[in-house]
Parts: sequence; structure tokens; C-alpha cells
Amino acid sequence: MTKLTARNVNVFYGDAHALKQVNLDIRQNEVTALIGPSGCGKSTFLRCLNRMNDLIEACRVEGNICLDGEDIYDPAVDLVYLRARIGMVFQKPNPFPKSVYDNVAYGPKIHGLASSRAEMDDIVTSSLERAGLFEEVKDRLGAPATGLSGGQQQRLCIARAIAVCPEIILMDEPCSALDPIATARIEALIDELKQNFTIVIVTHSMQQAARVSQRTAFFHLGDLVEVGDTDTVFTKPVDPRTESYISGHIG
Amino acid sequence: MIDRQSSPSETILASLPRRRRAEARFRIYGIAAIGIALAFLILLISAIGTQGIGAISQTEIALDVTLDESVLGLSDARDRETLSKANYRAVIRAALGDVFPEAVSARRDRRALMKLVSVGAGFELRNLVLEDPGLVGGTMRVWVPADDEVDMLMKGATARDSGRFSDKQLGWLDQLEEEGRIRSAFNWRFFTSGDSREPELAGILGAIAGSFFALITCLVLSFPLGVMTAIYLEEFAPRNRWTDLIEININNLAAVPSIVFGLLGLAIFLGFMGLTRSAPLVGGMVLALMTLPTVIIATRASLRAVPPSIREAAIGLGASRMQAMLHHTLPLAMPGIMTGTIIGMAQALGESAPLIMIGMVAFIVDMPQGLLDPASALPVQIYIWADSPERAFAEKTAAAIIVLLAFLIIMNLTAVILRRRFERRW
Amino acid sequence: MAQTAMAARDEARPSLLAVAKGRRARQILGERVLLGFLLASSLVAILTTIGIVFSLLFETIRFLDAVPLLDFLFGLNWSPQIAIREDQVGSSGAFGVVPLLVGTGLIAAVAMTVAGPLGLLSAIYLAEYASPRARGFAKPILEILAGIPTVVYGFFAVLVVAPFLRDSSESIGFEVSSESALAAGVVMGVMIVPIVSSLADDVIAAVPQSLREGAYGLGATKSETVRDIVLPAALPGIGGALLLGVSRAIGETMIVVMAAGLSANLTVNPLQAVTTITVQMVALLTGDQEFDSPKTLAAFALGLLLFIATLILNLIALMLVRRYQERYD
Repeated sequence: MTKLTARNVNVFYGDAHALKQVNLDIRQNEVTALIGPSGCGKSTFLRCLNRMNDLIEACRVEGNICLDGEDIYDPAVDLVYLRARIGMVFQKPNPFPKSVYDNVAYGPKIHGLASSRAEMDDIVTSSLERAGLFEEVKDRLGAPATGLSGGQQQRLCIARAIAVCPEIILMDEPCSALDPIATARIEALIDELKQNFTIVIVTHSMQQAARVSQRTAFFHLGDLVEVGDTDTVFTKPVDPRTESYISGHIG
Repeated sequence: MIDRQSSPSETILASLPRRRRAEARFRIYGIAAIGIALAFLILLISAIGTQGIGAISQTEIALDVTLDESVLGLSDARDRETLSKANYRAVIRAALGDVFPEAVSARRDRRALMKLVSVGAGFELRNLVLEDPGLVGGTMRVWVPADDEVDMLMKGATARDSGRFSDKQLGWLDQLEEEGRIRSAFNWRFFTSGDSREPELAGILGAIAGSFFALITCLVLSFPLGVMTAIYLEEFAPRNRWTDLIEININNLAAVPSIVFGLLGLAIFLGFMGLTRSAPLVGGMVLALMTLPTVIIATRASLRAVPPSIREAAIGLGASRMQAMLHHTLPLAMPGIMTGTIIGMAQALGESAPLIMIGMVAFIVDMPQGLLDPASALPVQIYIWADSPERAFAEKTAAAIIVLLAFLIIMNLTAVILRRRFERRW
Repeated sequence: MAQTAMAARDEARPSLLAVAKGRRARQILGERVLLGFLLASSLVAILTTIGIVFSLLFETIRFLDAVPLLDFLFGLNWSPQIAIREDQVGSSGAFGVVPLLVGTGLIAAVAMTVAGPLGLLSAIYLAEYASPRARGFAKPILEILAGIPTVVYGFFAVLVVAPFLRDSSESIGFEVSSESALAAGVVMGVMIVPIVSSLADDVIAAVPQSLREGAYGLGATKSETVRDIVLPAALPGIGGALLLGVSRAIGETMIVVMAAGLSANLTVNPLQAVTTITVQMVALLTGDQEFDSPKTLAAFALGLLLFIATLILNLIALMLVRRYQERYD
């Protein structure tokens, strides 16, 4: 089932044409990987999906992006509600300078998702559990989150995102700042999470895309070159540019 | 999924209106804060503007003076000395008596009549005669400044029934007006004379001269010292505890209350070094110490903004570090340094507390001619006038403020233009 | 041709070590001298501080010969006029600084009540909400306020604010002194707004964008992000900005000299007239008296108190801002 559809999406940074005529469907409960060389527009596209680009003054988005058939760029759309439904995990772990508990509790708190302290404890615990972090931090929920290791911080950010119960989680190169062991843990986590969430992940690592995603989209110089089942894209790419990227000739 | 009574989406949707209102409120707080600042600024400028605009004009009274030798008390001598000591007030009194013959009989009336004209009228007459001694013996019509109370009355700042004037005085003024002997003229005295106890004679030129001399001193001292310090700290100083101390010290000096610098000047420059009290030289020295941190900080920022590649290129050609700095880094940083210095000078121009401490608050009529003459300064003059009980000084105060602000605007605009003109993106 | 010239130059080259003679040697000497000048000028800043400390300390010690330290620091009565007469020098309670401290604190408190919220809110608006156009309009307003000399603020306080406060509070039945702490404090507060706001603006702008994105990504509104994430992260720096504001408030002279009174009332009622350290310093040193009278010396003792208080505030503030900057560098 299609969750998000992008039609004729163009993005401009001032005069620069960063994304050209992108058409892409994101299917529910699947992991879609966006790959391509740096500067190809994959992160730009990801940030269009929860309108994070609105924060950048010079950025202009054209075209249609629909969540369950509703245009997310409609002026009547409330960004708060949109971003509560489409969560995001960033390239560099960015825990708030608060305690581990407060980091996870922050989303539910502002959205009023917990009516009691016990309910909040539940949300925090289960989110941390599902992010595979609970066992490691259960004794120091009150400790500052900035004291965790990089991998733990990133899993905390994932827990923070799922505590709000989004439908989609966008991940912008979530492992690029992490060591291989932490990366493996996050990849395993992504695989689990796809049962409950739709996931879009930007990655510069083709191996990672091959490991975690069901579908892969290849971006090059602002164009969406090719999209398809991950296996197909990696074994029988249609476009010569995809092939040379996968075989290591570009990027 | 986590068990919840209602779905998260519904809860979030339900919370949206409240959160949107909170958002709007928060935004309004920010705009309101700026709005209050703007309202205050407008109020300040308009209050001072309306108050100060009156000082542009000065009420003058036309008198037909007869420079009679006997009234002046002149003998045959016509040298400057004698002429300047002659009794011009008597001439004024006589001229007033000609207009109001009925008022001459009673002493009280004569005095009340004389009160309508500024005590400076005699001095202005004297200056005319000193310029052209041939006037003695003749009759002529002169416009002399009216007393400040009359000026206030004519400008509508004082009501007729305020009790400041007797009915007789009011009658005389009406008669003068009917005869066309009262006019409102451009107040050139305000721009060409020094301080005076009489508001209608008081001017700002003396204070401006004092400020000028003090600022020149300040510039001559703080610019080279500040730039050299900044060059040392930025380009040559080793990074160690000692330079750390200098840095903290400079940052702290920038935040020391200005009045404390005044005490320093009082104790060291006046007390210990024995320099002249009330002199612009001392004022400028104190201001220089205060401006030093501003110049240093601005210079360091401009030096830092010059890309290291330029320095490296020069050093790569075999220039010494000193040459690279003198020939390349410093010239490129100069616009920024000048901007910072002008802003520092503008701050120094507005400063009054330290100058008061070193005695530049004294009542000084004479124009300072040099760095060691007793002088006041523009902001201090404002303080002195603001403190004076005569109501006419209020508009003089406001007018002096307008002049001060005009100087500051010019200086700051120069700084802005300089910055725009030479701004470089590396 | 050219090649031979080049070759000739090559051959003429002396050895590396031979260079430190002749022209180059004179140049090195010249640079040493210049460097000495640079170093010397950087000492002026240090000498200024030393000069301040010594002149204040020296005169204060002489003052304390006439007035015991404890009477000065804890005396509840300030009336230096009495001490003009020789026989009453140091008479009990004449130089008790407590009313001045209370008055200074009171006016500073009023000022920060105005400058704190206004400065922080405008900083938040400028840093987080304002479009470039709105910023281009709002920032100059604050810069102009920052550039107005304090003597102008003082005149405005006397001309407009004090009469307004007196009239408006009389109409609701309050008795307000025409030289109330409120009038001086409010105007001083406006003067301090740009100081607080420009420092706080810098501090807020230095909070990493990634933290904001984290909050926005969770669906937080702008105000929630500012309140829950940005401000707590910027807290030390904002504390520094406020402390520098307080330091300015207690050291400010002209506004209080013109708008606050000379009467040393021991009160915390902002509707009454109080006096401050700086007002008394000006009062003690203007007018004709010889340099050694206890009145003159008292001004230095007050100056020392003021210097110490502002020094402590400044150092804490600088430390907070510095540590904060290091955290996010």
C-alpha cells in the first residue's frame, strides 16, 4: 500500500535547482532507501517529506507530496500534526541537553499523549525498549543524555521519535557518525521497526541500503534516476548511471 | 503498539488549537517587546524634538538707542579699554524710557521694565560699538534679546496669568508688540556663544569646542595604543597565561563603570600628575582609557577577518611576520579598524560621568582655545542645563541634545558607510 | 640572455647563515624595537586596571583612617554633609553605606524588571521569529537605543517619565515622589534592553540548529522549541547577559544623578526617592572642597565598592558566556 507519493517535486535553493521532477512512491511498512553520491539531492528530498526545508529561508519546493492522499504542502496543513505523523532521525545524534527520560518524554509531553506520570513512564519505557536501549540505560534514566555514547545517543533519538507514535520515520544517514558495531545495532533495529512504521532512510552506504531496505531509489545530480526493489536495483540496474555508481565508478 | 485510550492522532489534533494560540501569543510577546522599545524611542525623540524646537528662535525687542556720550559715561578717550567699560545698560534703560515715558518716574517700574530685556542686551550693544566706534553719538535701532521669561511667554510656554508678570509688564509687552518692536528671530546666539547664567544668552559653542578638544586627545591616544595592542595580541603574542590575563583585563575594562574611570583621572592625572582641572586634555585622556577596549576589540576582529592565506602568501615570498602584517594584513583590516574607532569616538562623545569627576562640569563662559583651557563638554553642558531651575533652559537642554544626537548620527552613519563601502567577503 | 642573468643571480647568492648581517640585521633590529612598542602598548590596558585599583585603594585607606570600616559598611545613616565641620569628621553614622546599597539595588532591580523580559523577548524574536526584513527593521531600533547617551535618558526621565508616573499614580491615589526610584529605574531599564538583547541574541543564535531540528522533527511548535530546548540550552549565556545588564545598572551614573534624588532613604519602596552609590560619588566630588576632606575620600571608597561589585559581576558573566561558547564550539 502506498503511504507517501511524490509527484513532480522540484526544489530550488535560491537559484540552484536541487531536485528535478522527482516522482516516487513510498510503501507502507517497508524500508525505502535513498542512495546516491553526495550532493545528489537525497537528503533534500527526505527533508521535503516532513517539510523540514521550510526552516531554510532560500528553499522553495514545487510539486505534490501526499500523505495518505492529502497534500502535505497544502497551506491548511498544520506542521505540528504533520511532523508528529512523520518523525525524523538526523545524521548526527542530537539529543536535547536534558536527561535520558526527558528526551524520550518530550514529544509525548508537548503533544499531550500521556495523561499521568505512570502513562508517561510506560511510553518512555516501551519506546526505549523498542529502540533496544532500555537495558543499557534503565539505571540512569535521570542522567544527561549527552553522556551516552554516539550509538546510544542515536538510538535514544530513535526512541524519542517513536515515542510520538509516528506513521513514518525519516532517517537522514543515521549511522554516518557511528562505529560499525553501533551501526549494526541500528540496522537490526530498523529491520524490526518496519513492522510498525514506514521508514525512509538516506544512506551513503550501498551495503547498508542492500541490508536494510526493500526498495531503493537512486539519485544523481538532482534527478531520481531509478527506483525499484532493492534486489533488482543492485543486481540488474536499468540505468547506466546506477550501474556505474553501484560498481563504484561515481561517488 | 502502546495501549492508549484514544489514538495519538486524535489527541494531537485536539491539542492543536490550544498550541496554535500559545504560539501566536508567544510571537506577540516578542513583537510587543520590540514595539515597546520602538514606542519608547519615538516618545523620547518626539518629546525632545518638541521641547528643543523652541530654541531655534529667540524673542528680540527693537530699541532705538541713542549712544549719548554722557549716558555712556564716556570722556574724550575712544580707546577699546574705555569703550568696553562704558555704561551700555544705561543706554538701554534710556531707550526703554523713550518707549514708555510713563514708566520712568517710579524706581519699581523702571526695574520691572528693565526686566523685559536680557541683561545681555548691554553686552551686545557694546560689541557693536567696539566693532565700529563711530556709532557713538548717533541713534540707531537695534534688536536686543528679550529676557528668557519674556521669551517663554511669547512662545506660549508660560501663560499670561502665570503670575510671572505684573499687569503693567504685560501691558508694556502688548504695546511693544503693537508697535512692531517684538520679533522672533533665529537664535544664532545658541550656536555662537558659550555658557551663560541667562538662558537667552547661553550657547553650545564652548561645550562643542571642549568636546572637540577632548575627542582629539582621545583619538590621538586611543587609536595608536589600541591598534598596537590589538596587533600584538592578535599577531605576535604567545598564547599563555600572561596574554590570557591581558585579554580578560581588556574585556573587563570594557565593562567597568565610566564613573570609575573618572576617579582614576581625578586621582592619577589631577592628583598625582598635577594636570589642570577641567582641562579637555585630562578629559580626553580619561576618555581614551575608556575607548581603548572598544578600539582593541574592533581591531582584533578586523585583523582576524583577514584570511591567513594572505599572510602566508607574504611570508612565503620571504617577508618577515612584521612585514606581512604591516604591508598586507593591517591595510586590509583598516576599514574595520576605522569603523570601530569611529564608534568608540561616538561613545566617548556621549560620555559625561567621568568628565564631571575631573571638573569639566564647571560654569565656563569663555570659549576654550586649547587643550589646557578650562572647558565643559556637550553632554556635560546638557547635564548642567537640565539641572538649572530656569524653565527656558529646558528647551536649551533639548536643543543641545538634538545637536549631540546629530553629531552621533553623523559619526555612526560614517561608520556604517565605511563598513558598507569596504566590506569584503573573503 | 635572460638565462645568463638568472644564472648570475644564482651565483651571487650568499649562504643562508650569512644573511643575518648588514641590511637584514638592521631590519631585524627595527622589528625588535617595533615589537617592543607593541608589547608596551598592550601593557597600558593592564596599567589602567592597576591605576584604578591603586588610586581607589590608596584613597579608601585614607578614608578609613577617618571612618571605621564597620561604620562605613554597616552604618544605616548616610549624611556626609555633617562631616564638613572639622569636629564632626567621622561622627557616628554619617558615612553608613547601607542606604546607598539598598537604593542602588532597588533601582537596579526596577531596571532589570524592565530590561530582563524586554531584552530576552526581543532577542528571542530577533533570533527565532523575525524574517530578514523584520530583523532589518527591529535591530536598528535597539542599536539606536544603545547609542543614545545616558545624559539624554536622564533628561527624558526628568522631562517625561517622572511627571507621567507622578500624575498617573496620583490619579489612582498613590503618592509618588518626583524623584522616585521607579522613574529612574524604568528609564535605565530601557537603556539596558539593547545590552541584554544583543548578548542574548548572540547566545541564542549559537545554540546548534540540530537541537531545533530535533524538536521540530518531533512536531514541537516554534514556541515550544524555544521554551523547552533553545532557552534551557542557552541558559548560562543568558545568565551572563543578564549579569552584564545588572553590572551596567549599578554602575550607571547620569540617569540616576538626574532622575533619582540625593536623599539617602533606607527603603525598598520604588515609589519613594532613594539615592545610589554613583549619585553620591558625583555629589561628593562636585562643588568646591579640598582634595583631602573625608567627603572627597568617601567618593573613592564608594568607587572601590562599585568597582569590586561590577568586577565580580563582569567576571562571572564573562566566564558564563565563555564556558557556554566552548560547549557549542
